[in-house]
Amino acid sequence: MYQFQYFRPKSLDEARKLYENNGDAKFLAGGQTLIPTLKQRLAQPTALIDLGGIAMSGIKVAGGVVTIGAGTKHFDVATSADVKGTIPALAHLAGHIGDPAVRHMGTLGGSIANNDPAADYPAAALGLGATIKTTSRSINADDFFTGMFETALEEGEIVTEVSFPVPEKAAYMKFPNPASRYAMVGVFVAKTKTGVRVAVTGAASSVFRESAMEAALAKSFTPDAVAGIKVSPANMNGDLHGTAEYRAHLVTVMAKRAVAAAIA
Amino acid sequence: MTAPVIGASIRRKEDHRFITGQGRYTDDINRHGQTHAYFVRSPHAHAKLRGVDTSAARAAKGVVGVLTGADLAADKLGGLICGWMITSKDGTPMKAGAHPALAVDTVRYVGDHIAIVIAETYGQAKDAAELVKVEYEELPPVVDPAKAQSDATQVHAEAPRNTIYQWEIGNKPETEAAFAKAAQIVKLDLTNNRLIPNAMEPRACVGEYDDATSGYTLYVTSQNPHVARLVMSAFIGIAPEHKLRVVAPDVGGGFGSKIFIYAEEVVCTWASKKVRRPVKWTAERSESFLSDAHGRDHVTHAELALDADAKMLGLRVKTIANLGAYMSTFSSSVPTYLYGTLLSGQYDLSAIYAEVDAVYTNTAPVDAYRGAGRPEATYVIERIVEEAARQLKLDPVAFRRKNFVRKFPHQTPVIMNYDAGDYDASLDAALKLADYAGFPARKAAAKAQGKLRGLGFSTYIEACGLAPSAAVGSLGAGVGLWESAEVRVTPTGGVEVFTGAHSHGQGHETTFAQVVAGRLGIPMENVEIIHGDTNSVQFGMGTYGSRAAVGLTAVSRALDKIEAKAKKIAAHVLEASAADIVFENGEFKVAGTDRKLAFHEVALNAYVAHKFPTSEIEPGLKESVFHDPTNFTFPAGTHICEVEIDPDTGVTTIVSFTAVDDFGNVINPMIVEGQVQGGIAQGIGQALLEHGVYDKDSGQLITGSYMDYTMPRADDLPSYKLGFTVTPCPSNPLGMKGCGEAGAIASPAAVMNAVTDALGVKEFNMPATPSRVWAAIHRTRAAAE
Repeated sequence: MYQFQYFRPKSLDEARKLYENNGDAKFLAGGQTLIPTLKQRLAQPTALIDLGGIAMSGIKVAGGVVTIGAGTKHFDVATSADVKGTIPALAHLAGHIGDPAVRHMGTLGGSIANNDPAADYPAAALGLGATIKTTSRSINADDFFTGMFETALEEGEIVTEVSFPVPEKAAYMKFPNPASRYAMVGVFVAKTKTGVRVAVTGAASSVFRESAMEAALAKSFTPDAVAGIKVSPANMNGDLHGTAEYRAHLVTVMAKRAVAAAIA
Repeated sequence: MTAPVIGASIRRKEDHRFITGQGRYTDDINRHGQTHAYFVRSPHAHAKLRGVDTSAARAAKGVVGVLTGADLAADKLGGLICGWMITSKDGTPMKAGAHPALAVDTVRYVGDHIAIVIAETYGQAKDAAELVKVEYEELPPVVDPAKAQSDATQVHAEAPRNTIYQWEIGNKPETEAAFAKAAQIVKLDLTNNRLIPNAMEPRACVGEYDDATSGYTLYVTSQNPHVARLVMSAFIGIAPEHKLRVVAPDVGGGFGSKIFIYAEEVVCTWASKKVRRPVKWTAERSESFLSDAHGRDHVTHAELALDADAKMLGLRVKTIANLGAYMSTFSSSVPTYLYGTLLSGQYDLSAIYAEVDAVYTNTAPVDAYRGAGRPEATYVIERIVEEAARQLKLDPVAFRRKNFVRKFPHQTPVIMNYDAGDYDASLDAALKLADYAGFPARKAAAKAQGKLRGLGFSTYIEACGLAPSAAVGSLGAGVGLWESAEVRVTPTGGVEVFTGAHSHGQGHETTFAQVVAGRLGIPMENVEIIHGDTNSVQFGMGTYGSRAAVGLTAVSRALDKIEAKAKKIAAHVLEASAADIVFENGEFKVAGTDRKLAFHEVALNAYVAHKFPTSEIEPGLKESVFHDPTNFTFPAGTHICEVEIDPDTGVTTIVSFTAVDDFGNVINPMIVEGQVQGGIAQGIGQALLEHGVYDKDSGQLITGSYMDYTMPRADDLPSYKLGFTVTPCPSNPLGMKGCGEAGAIASPAAVMNAVTDALGVKEFNMPATPSRVWAAIHRTRAAAE
């Protein structure tokens, strides 16, 4: 990696000031994407501002909402009795991100702020209709994920916590890329108080909601309700590991399996 | 004392240091005053070099030197060589282009070497490398071996139509005649996918020049340090052999990829004198992907002729083998004498004719990779045999049995003379382990669950040890394939064995010690196996081709000499006739008396030399042997794979994998099982997961990291059902065959026969990834609708 200055602020205020005072600074959360990127010399920030010194981790359950601090590690979400007891699908998802080393380093905030098109957490945030709290505002998941590696976050804005409304039923089903084991297609289905939500990650340039499936599941929350829904390959990714047609097909298969798991 | 015996599953002596982190690998070696190197590599698959400006790099912080192909040329160093001459069917020698260690005027693949940047730290070398200004004139690349001979791109001027050789083997007229009278001809098109070796330890080297002795030392990740020294001395011209020491310390996996003499180790050794400092280089994983020699990459059309009674009459094979941008050290031999010679499989086939065209492309060099030519041959013969059984609507077992070789020795039409084997025995054992009889019920049960089950066989044979030196010499090999052993008994009865075989995962320090300890009746801990240093071992050919049996035979023969001399000494000490001395359980006894000497007592007497006439018997106890094998060894066996495919996702799960191998007598069953397990893992990797892919337009390596190159993981693999049958090998005293490659040789065909059985398709290429399997199901269903 290239040389950079390293800072480890103790507060969000300090982090913001460091960001403003350093030309091309980047925030470092768990570093599971950023550090490999730096090692490959694919990025050359002048400064890294490590958010690990700021108290932003922890899990709270109150009023039908699970609120998870942005600095909470995947492992802690996966093994949390509170999460397992309220949104087991979320614990399951967190327990299948990367490998154990990644789960002990990677954070919720880092994952959703990065918005990798094949990341798992964006599917949970969008699928559960989460609210993302930042240093300056609260953003609905529907407005947060704006494109490939793009979010609604402004320059210097930091995710501090994410609130997940507890659904009636939910499940996440992932078809991993055989090589990287990122989601080639991951489908998060949730039956919530405000309706059925189906979020798809891995298949396209960014996580998205599959409205035809949501409508069908609103009428009948069963695997058969989505089994016949063909997804258009038009906006799907295609590469060595799968054509757009294959990914579109997998969206239906994974949605069907996710619904089956949710009602099991 | 419980003597460790040959055939016991003794735990590996070397594992203590490996498991406790005390292995000493090349990158662990640091020399006084050491510098660090980084190589400037081509980002283009094919380009003319219009200029290499190193001035800014040379001025950068910490830089000790920057050297280019022009500097190498100025020192008149030779290029890298290919050590096996193949002659085309028209009698012309193979057409090899030059292979400079640093490119001079053209770069021919992504990762090709342009310059070495040497600095105080690795980071400084890497920073400075970015300052080397290279002006490229990009040229269109060719990457597809099937198109190389018709493409306008010319990789090397020396090889028109990118064709290195057009080789043939077998009996063409007899084969044509066999096809002319055939009742049925089965045809199959196959590709053997390119693999990237991915040894856990990346390649590394430290070159060091000592001005006091004017000698060089190279520490390097090598499977054959003596051959590396020979090539670097005799062909590249770095230093005479006696001024060049090559040390291959602990090596973390090779699978063939560390046999070859690579640019980096040549350049670092040479550069250490230029900068008067030791120069270290360790590959980053990305560099391993780009520049380790890859494996396989064949395109093949095969035809099998059968009579009306399903007896095989003849086999015709046409293969295009991709050798990449340059001919690596042994590349030419892999798709020829390691491939064509095995096309008879386990079958009594009187007519075989195979043609192989080797081609240049703008891809990384391709050379031996676990099995080297034999997996490709097994894949051809076992896929077409299975396909023939399906077309004839015969049980694949019955069809194979109808055609098995049963009389030994058996001369095939493709050079090999099989010395011993019992193919029915391993097949029978495998059928039982795999519960073949229960397969139809399991298939029906799977179908009821909406799953597709398939079962595939691979009844394979391979050839190990490589081979009588005169025989390989007559076929074009530049070296002999004997092995050396020197056994030194210390005055206190310890035994040091110096072997030219190199251990990089095979467990030689245990198995060789077992042979010595079992034979001499001494504890394992009294035996030290020394290998991998040209200063210790006089000469050796290294380890590849499952050839440690050759090294073990050399050890065994040296022990014969030790025993013979020790008997003479014991006779004098015991005041008996040498003819009356018997050696058993580590003791020299006068037959029929209670007079005896322990092994260590004879050793001491040998060095004290008080009690025998030194005019007749030299003092000391040390013997050496250069053993040249009299034949290949021919491991064979049956692999049976059962798969279940989820038609919704295309995911193939291996529900059962059975391997019954005949490796002759086994020295250490646990280590052999480990070799089989690892080999099958690589074979399943090839069949289901691994694929080295270049972009056809840009020539960029698409699968240049673990994000895209799918390595087999533990959860991709089943627990194997393993078994052994034994027909002792008649060509060595221990009756053993090779075992290191069998798993990788046999298993891909078994897996793909199972996959095609489940899918009900004829032609389907590796790897059977979910997406490709799903597409095949989709195509079949679309065609049916």
